Amino acid sequence: MTGFTNLIQQLINAFSIGSLYALMAIGLAMVFGILRLINFAHGDLIMVGSYTALLVQVAGMPFWVAALAGITASALAGLIMERVAYRPIRGAPEVSMLLTSFAVTIFLENTAILIFSPISRAFPAPSILTAALKYGTLRISSLDLIAIGVAIILLILLTLFVTRTKVGISMRAASEDLLAARLMGINVNKVIASAFLIGSMLAGVVGMLWSARVGKVDPLMGFYPVLKAFVATVIGGMGNLPGAVLGAYVLGFLEILLQGLLPATLTPFRDAFVFLALIILLLFRPNGILGPTAREKI
Amino acid sequence: MLTLKDVYVFYGHVQALKGISLEVQEGELVALLGANGAGKSTTLMTISGILRPRSGSIIYKEHDLTKTSPEDIVQLGIIQCPEGRRVFGGLTVLENLWMGAAARKDKAAIQKDLEWVFSLFPILRQRARQTAGTLSGGEQQMLAIGRALMARPQLLMLDEPSLGLAPLIVESIFNVIRELHSQGVTILLVEQNARKALQVADRAYVLETGQIKLSDNADKLRTNPEVQRLYLGGPSS
Amino acid sequence: MRIPLKTLINVGLLLLVIALLLTINFMASSYIQRVIISLGINIILVVSLNLSNGFTGVFSLGHVGFMAIGAYTAAILTLPLSLKAVNLPDLPTWLAGVEMSFLPATLIGGVLAALIALLIGLSLMRLSGNYVAVATMGFLVIVYAVLVNWDSMTRGARTFSGVPPYTTFWWVWGWAALTVYVVWRLARSSYGRKMMAIRDNEIAAQALGINVMRTRLLAFCVSAFFTAVAGALWAHFITAFSPKEFYFTQTFSIITMLVVGGMGSVSGSVLGTAAITVLSELLRNAERGINLGFIQIPPVYGASQILMAIIFILVIIYWPKGLLGGREIDFSRLFIRPQRQKKSEE
Repeated sequence: MTGFTNLIQQLINAFSIGSLYALMAIGLAMVFGILRLINFAHGDLIMVGSYTALLVQVAGMPFWVAALAGITASALAGLIMERVAYRPIRGAPEVSMLLTSFAVTIFLENTAILIFSPISRAFPAPSILTAALKYGTLRISSLDLIAIGVAIILLILLTLFVTRTKVGISMRAASEDLLAARLMGINVNKVIASAFLIGSMLAGVVGMLWSARVGKVDPLMGFYPVLKAFVATVIGGMGNLPGAVLGAYVLGFLEILLQGLLPATLTPFRDAFVFLALIILLLFRPNGILGPTAREKI
Repeated sequence: MLTLKDVYVFYGHVQALKGISLEVQEGELVALLGANGAGKSTTLMTISGILRPRSGSIIYKEHDLTKTSPEDIVQLGIIQCPEGRRVFGGLTVLENLWMGAAARKDKAAIQKDLEWVFSLFPILRQRARQTAGTLSGGEQQMLAIGRALMARPQLLMLDEPSLGLAPLIVESIFNVIRELHSQGVTILLVEQNARKALQVADRAYVLETGQIKLSDNADKLRTNPEVQRLYLGGPSS
Repeated sequence: MRIPLKTLINVGLLLLVIALLLTINFMASSYIQRVIISLGINIILVVSLNLSNGFTGVFSLGHVGFMAIGAYTAAILTLPLSLKAVNLPDLPTWLAGVEMSFLPATLIGGVLAALIALLIGLSLMRLSGNYVAVATMGFLVIVYAVLVNWDSMTRGARTFSGVPPYTTFWWVWGWAALTVYVVWRLARSSYGRKMMAIRDNEIAAQALGINVMRTRLLAFCVSAFFTAVAGALWAHFITAFSPKEFYFTQTFSIITMLVVGGMGSVSGSVLGTAAITVLSELLRNAERGINLGFIQIPPVYGASQILMAIIFILVIIYWPKGLLGGREIDFSRLFIRPQRQKKSEE
């Protein structure tokens, strides 16, 4: 019996982690699709939102207010980032954009270190998030269920958005062919800003869930999440929204799988193995699982 | 309606357009002919505001297009159907057409225009829910034109609609172009296929390495020996 | 043999700069001497990165991994036996009895890095742009994880100290000169032209029969070799380090220098490195607080990183090709008027 409950627990774990990665990965994929920009600073949006939520709670506000504030802060940070750092370099070679996002990350992380010190701080979360539910021998954290639930709802909403609304369809069009989109009179600035807005809000949501899960915040907290989200988009085929989601869940499962399978001495190497798996995947499918298999058409 | 005067366009150091002047009157079908690399697409991109001229003027009904953003140029009714079709491959036919109307807000009129486009290209109605990437070349061209029409163009600019298409399909495309012309749509047609272009056009310009070398009525150009030799594959086509 | 005036002036000025460097070094304080050594090491790092990123277009974000390999390998090899017994008690026996001198240890570190580069290069070279960047980041993460967890070899996350201070001005600048020379010659050779062809348009290059894979792989491995050498030099300069010195912060520093100097320009890399090294030293000093007598600016730790990031963003926006515009430096322009060229705008 315990083997079975263990399996269920791990499955839920994997789904939960996968959900968080998925929400992150979508933000990255949306921006990449249109701008061909890998926004490393996306991870720091988690940090911005979490610290804001922390401060609001310290000021005495209830959690849900803090969460809203955190998500808003992430959204704003994303918009500002786009306007100040990325718009001026639109059209620049891919590497320049990648490097700039690096610079933005360094800027944000060090500013946070300056203001908040590099030491992590406890993140108070309401009991609804930290409770553990028991069904016989099964122990499920309510956070996991909430994370999965929130992700499903948001994914459905997002799907409706990109297939039913004009802005959503414009975003997909702009991802396909930015020039053709401009020729349709689509306001590219608005579309890009929308992509950043949505992606940043999603990052804010992830921030709340992540901080509650881990119980603390620190200036570098966004680093690993964005790296993972990034791996997810690559696995799924970059710029491809469904691919990003798929890649995220694959990654979540892979991580939990490795956690379970690796002998105890090797578990610290788990992240290294994940990357190794990624490199091997790229060897066979240079464009990711759902990416185009055809070689570049001349 | 549209007047270009002494337009110079550069790509970095390379000169693409060396002082061209042309005009399109309301209701006309004007053809812009020339070989590959002559500067035809550059001309259309400059009119659309994607490229900016280093000097020269582009006036459309009193508006100075060189100072107008591409989105606003589309609002003015100047719509380009770009070279190579450039349909949104991952979107359905219907979504592509809606994108054509992306800059418009009049929902009811958009519906009517959708019907109009379907009447011009019945095959698109059949394929409405298919992804554009799965369409054949000819169907994609029809989609591209249909998409441009969804923007209710005052001036429709077509860039090489016959490119890469079988003769039968080219024929049907040009029939549609002729139909649009007779419905009063002003058209600026860029084409390498000079023969078909001169069959439908009122007037035409010949562009050679960034300069307008000839400009005349279509029937005069058809019988022009230079044009015949260079673009029509010999006399009496 | 008539040597063109341009070359004479450039070489002459180069000799002047070298003479200046030597003078400053041997007359200055030990602090300045240390800065000059850091500068030399940075130059090796940036110029070798330029070989991969700037010239071949293989954008590696994981090169610091090679630096770590060079540093740890050389350090383990040169660590005196007595210290080995104390600090690395679980070292495998065939290593525990080894104590090498500087040059062989450095070379082994470099060759090891080049071999690893060859291995991962085989899978990476087929990838393009963004994917390469990600994969190389993955490489760095893997290296970091290995360093942190392979306790018996590296002391894990703890400080690896006691490295003999073999690095001197001559070692560093000797290697730096070699690196610059090798990269310069490569760039100027037909080999270099192939690399740049690949960078500019991979498909066209293939159509021309250039073996993209081999060319890139070679550049990548050479680049890894010199980066590892720089790592070894650095390890024996700073004498104590841990895995976190070889992670993304270091990566960003090097990339800033690369971008400021301009990718694809060797002399640009040298200048960019010099500029940023000096600037970051100044900023680091300023971080401790400035006492101007009547004004006291309080210590602001971490501000130098923030400023570097801002500078970086500004450079990318306004001088995307680097301060030299991707060209090599030409001092003679200060003295000779270039001929007026009439061809462009007819």
